Amino acid sequence: MYNIEAIRQQFPVLQRRVHGKPLVYLDSAATSQKPLAVIEAMDRYYREYNANVHRGVHTLSEEATAAYEGARKRIARFINARSPRELIYTRNATEAINLVAATWGRTNLTPNDAVLITEMEHHSNIVPWQLLRDQIGFELRVVPVTDDGYLDMEAFDRLLDERVKLVAVTHMSNVLGTINPIAEIARKAHAVGALVLVDGAQSVPHMPVDVQALDIDFLAFSAHKMAGPTGIGALWARRDLLEAMPPYMGGGDMIALVTLERSTWADLPYKFEAGTPAIAEAVGFGAAVDFLSALGMENIRAHEIEITEYALEALSEVPGLRLLGPRKAADKGGVAAFVLDGVHPHDIASILDAEGVAVRAGHHCAQPLMQRYNVPATTRASFYVYTTREEIDRLVEALHVVRKVFA
Amino acid sequence: MLDFYREFILDHYRHPRNKGELPDADISHEEHNPVCGDRIHMDIKLENDHIADIKWHGEGCTISQASASILSEMVKGKSVEEVRHLSKEELLEQLGMETLTPARIKCALLSLKVLKAGLYGLTSWPDEEDEWN
Repeated sequence: MYNIEAIRQQFPVLQRRVHGKPLVYLDSAATSQKPLAVIEAMDRYYREYNANVHRGVHTLSEEATAAYEGARKRIARFINARSPRELIYTRNATEAINLVAATWGRTNLTPNDAVLITEMEHHSNIVPWQLLRDQIGFELRVVPVTDDGYLDMEAFDRLLDERVKLVAVTHMSNVLGTINPIAEIARKAHAVGALVLVDGAQSVPHMPVDVQALDIDFLAFSAHKMAGPTGIGALWARRDLLEAMPPYMGGGDMIALVTLERSTWADLPYKFEAGTPAIAEAVGFGAAVDFLSALGMENIRAHEIEITEYALEALSEVPGLRLLGPRKAADKGGVAAFVLDGVHPHDIASILDAEGVAVRAGHHCAQPLMQRYNVPATTRASFYVYTTREEIDRLVEALHVVRKVFA
Repeated sequence: MLDFYREFILDHYRHPRNKGELPDADISHEEHNPVCGDRIHMDIKLENDHIADIKWHGEGCTISQASASILSEMVKGKSVEEVRHLSKEELLEQLGMETLTPARIKCALLSLKVLKAGLYGLTSWPDEEDEWN
């Protein structure tokens, strides 16, 4: 039984009012709200056992290390990693992708190779490959999207050949919500000898993600979109790949032995974690994963399909409103991006804010996708574990206010 | 005073057994603990798959050095197969250090890591063979 009221009670910020009206938070794809369990876990770390990890012999450092490493194990299990050593803490999904580009990419890609991305990527899965392309000179190929917001798999098949060494693809579009067929993509990519990097920033928070079942090679995700704190994310990668990759940053904690002439690297995962890490954030990340696991990712996914179905239906009845992306809730995450005839998304977002409704307006870090659908920007409402039908009703009511202002 | 700084341990630290080098060693291996910089080197002379002689040297804390001394006594004369089955629990029991904290347990197990890495190429720490624990 999915008790939405009990879940909402866990999120203190949902109790607040904005411009005198109860907050309707529909911007979880940008960052989710945080439950008490996460806030309190981080608070407890600072109040009771704040200390640096790994080198300490004293009790506080032992406790901090146990909490930091315990969180790693729970996060690794959450995505069904083969070993917690395959789970590298990063600042966010963006840093995880940049880590792969700077280490695996720089070592393995040559001017004769190609990297395949898609038209629906977030900038974080476009720009690192462009930067690397400019240095190495490989070919960057782009899989287009269809008019109704799906990946053009016929084009994918055409663009995928033996020159492709990496397919870098989002699991779930942050604008269209489209869930891409990752297992199929991985199977086809591996058949031509290419590796698969999945941007899981939108999928890992919202649906069960199993790196072994998908048979992928790299997965990037961020804690702050999945009920956890900002400032921490993770890269999961196959162990043999991580072992062959050079370090990302140099410094403390990532070494085995250092002399002034040369150094050797620490074992996984520490080889990729230079410097004092985000300890409180890792503790919060672990608490977030516990929170989501207790709700059950299947239950969260089912809730979001129901809310998305309701939202797509309600929004499609607003005159002059055009939705982007798949119209079947089962094919997409909890996102509804739309344009409203004659009203710029920034104006929509401002009026909605005055009504207490928080949405995002803009290009959503996906400018190529805006160009593809010939819109300057869109308004995006996004849903999570705590989103209710009543909140969707409030969104639609507020959109009618927008229409009245611009009538 | 902590119970692991007992006379037995301090005696092995002050008067280490089997300390030195074997110039004609069949197996020679060294490992470090990156956390604190402890270092242990082991030389092993094999005869008929038995440890005919063992010498070690290195530097580090009382626990790491006493552990190497005690371990060298435990395995001298034993077969390679017996040593393969020597568990971390047996060594810790011999040291009387079953309750070490995670940071210090590495100090106690460095000698076992060197021994097993040298004999049959174990690459993980003896306490991390099950990575989920």
